[in-house]
Amino acid sequence: MESNFGARNAILGAIRSALGETQSAERIAAEYAALPRGYKRHGTLPEQERLRLFQHRLEEYGAGVRRVASDAIGDGIRDEIAGRLAARGCKRLVIPYGLPKGWLPAGFDFEPYGGNGETGVSLGPTALNRMDGVLTGCTVAIAETGSIVLQSGEQQGARALTLAPDYHLCVVFAEQVVETVPESFARLDATSCLPTTFVSGPSATADIEMTRIKGVHGPRFLDVLLVG
Amino acid sequence: MKPTPSSHWQDRDFPAAAREVLEDSQTRSNVRHATNVIQAKRDAVTGELPDWEPLRDAGAAIRAHSLAHLDYYLVQFEQACTRAGGQVHWARDAAEANQIILGLIQRHHVDEVLKIKTMTSEEVGLNPYLEANGIRAHETDLAELIVQLGKDKPSHFVVPALHKNRMQVREIFQREMHLPELGERPEDLAAAARSYLREKFFRLKVAVSGANFLIAENGAVCIVESEGNGRMCLTLPDVLISLVGIEKVLPRFRDLEVFLQTLPRSATGERMNPYNSIWTGVQQGDGPQEFHVVLLDNRRSPILGDAESRQTLQCIRCGACLNACPVYHQTGGHAYESVYAGPIGAILTPQLHSMEEGRSLPYASSLCGACYEVCPVKINIPEVLIHLRGKVVEEDQKTLSGRFGMWNLGMQTAAFLFASASRLSLAQSLGRVAQKLVVNKEGMIEHLPLLLSGWTQTRDLRPLPEQSFREWWAERTLQTDAARTDSGAGGQATGRGSSHGE
Ligand code: SF4
Repeated sequence: MESNFGARNAILGAIRSALGETQSAERIAAEYAALPRGYKRHGTLPEQERLRLFQHRLEEYGAGVRRVASDAIGDGIRDEIAGRLAARGCKRLVIPYGLPKGWLPAGFDFEPYGGNGETGVSLGPTALNRMDGVLTGCTVAIAETGSIVLQSGEQQGARALTLAPDYHLCVVFAEQVVETVPESFARLDATSCLPTTFVSGPSATADIEMTRIKGVHGPRFLDVLLVG
Repeated sequence: MKPTPSSHWQDRDFPAAAREVLEDSQTRSNVRHATNVIQAKRDAVTGELPDWEPLRDAGAAIRAHSLAHLDYYLVQFEQACTRAGGQVHWARDAAEANQIILGLIQRHHVDEVLKIKTMTSEEVGLNPYLEANGIRAHETDLAELIVQLGKDKPSHFVVPALHKNRMQVREIFQREMHLPELGERPEDLAAAARSYLREKFFRLKVAVSGANFLIAENGAVCIVESEGNGRMCLTLPDVLISLVGIEKVLPRFRDLEVFLQTLPRSATGERMNPYNSIWTGVQQGDGPQEFHVVLLDNRRSPILGDAESRQTLQCIRCGACLNACPVYHQTGGHAYESVYAGPIGAILTPQLHSMEEGRSLPYASSLCGACYEVCPVKINIPEVLIHLRGKVVEEDQKTLSGRFGMWNLGMQTAAFLFASASRLSLAQSLGRVAQKLVVNKEGMIEHLPLLLSGWTQTRDLRPLPEQSFREWWAERTLQTDAARTDSGAGGQATGRGSSHGE
């Protein structure tokens, strides 16, 4: 589009004249580095307490949480997935690329999604909507806020994947769970340009009389499998 | 017909609009209920954080720093966003923003678009402008949908329909969605919204959003929401257009670690809202393949030049100051007759209109300071309110009608009287004589005349006492001195103001 340079320069000019003199990039960087950051950046809880906090927060949001012992990796995860899917009545699931084959139990249909040129079919939203659910991993999870963070790519897929189906089952490993929000940002920083979604419980609204109602447009059901 | 977009709704002043709302007991009880609930939740989840104050300090400092170097960070954002495949547009005012957005939509030959709740689009009057140009904008946030279908106006920028209860929402949905059998449970109402919108999410090709934050270093945009309607609009359409005020930029991605803690806790009283979306430009195979950001000035830049009120632009629109405000509690948002209600609206609205409109809003406050106490970016709203009141007076004094207006004459007279003890004392003496006309049998004043009548509209006054404090003090000093002289101790008169006597 014909860029509106007139408006751009007028606005930047107005800002500069309102602010007075412009500082050099070095000065600005130094000022930024000196901003107060007295808040808690690192968690202090031992691992098991951190995981219990994460579980507790998720349950408060109305998400289901299942713990799987880390020594059972392999069969344990697969069996637990089978159990969850059966309990939720899900038969057909969409999966992102990169999900370990060993996770997928027999007796269910798993459709690999290839929206990014990877192998698999690229499903439109309507087709995704017809799926019973979606199974993914995550990038990082936050105990204090009960959040899982998804980034576009391996094991997590494009954003539409975890949006249109009505059920989301997410596998989270103990070492992916940090205690605080700042710790999660430290981990996300390197891939900050990828589409990123923080999910804290199933979709919800409190717009009518401030009553929290689960499930408006996003998945109405969220289960987390916490490994370790 | 292409009407000039209304960038404001201010047609009455606050007292007039508030009077109407105060008579609507249903709205008042809805507002009271909702604000009490959010405030209690907010207090609980901010109180549990031992580092809440350092988070506020950091938030305030980051926002102030971003504003102090806004030109630098905006250019950085523009470059990074463009590099990532986004297109950045600049709009000086509401009309320019509307034209740009309309032009972008028309290129795709569509007559319907999706919308995510954005107060900035209310500010520029985007929906009516698009409507007048044959494009229907579907609001997808539940509360905005209630407002849109009810042909109403938002009354709170986090919970726009908080003035409606479930029965009123049901009525609107029954009528507008043709669902005569619709139940009244909030679940039923949310389900109705889900099925009403779902087809539109999957069908429509263009979405318009606002944004909570822009990130200068990598060109990212962040939107915080609850229902998933935002994610639908940001992910499924082919084209996404985000209209964002120039003040919303943050230097770095990691600065979000502060605001993604303070915003949800302040706004809805949750530790984290269900969904936060962050994206940068265009990502192949994931989400819209055409992405535009429209940066809106609309009289924000002049606010930067006012050292005392620049902090107004630090606002992250959490709404906590509305919920905490005793005035908002009573009147709700509509009394402000402005897109931005409550304490922040009272300082933002007049400034966005160069002090030409919303001039009664800086007075819509008792200056109790509750707004400042809850603000996650520590905007000293009472300080700005007083500063703006001063501006209103200064401007009034520039015009003839303002200078000889009753308010100004009254205030000037008061200033003249209070400036000198003898003048004040004289005025008090005159007042004591004059008040004989208005004191009733019970010894109270029920009605003051003329200019002063407003003061007795809602209260009875005690008359001026027979003796003022100064007079009493002077008399007492004289007596003590006399007593001391009598007892031979000697002494000095310490009273400063000598009474004129009567
Ligand atoms: S002024 Fe402060 S409390 Fe009010 S909405 Fe803005 S950020 Fe929130």
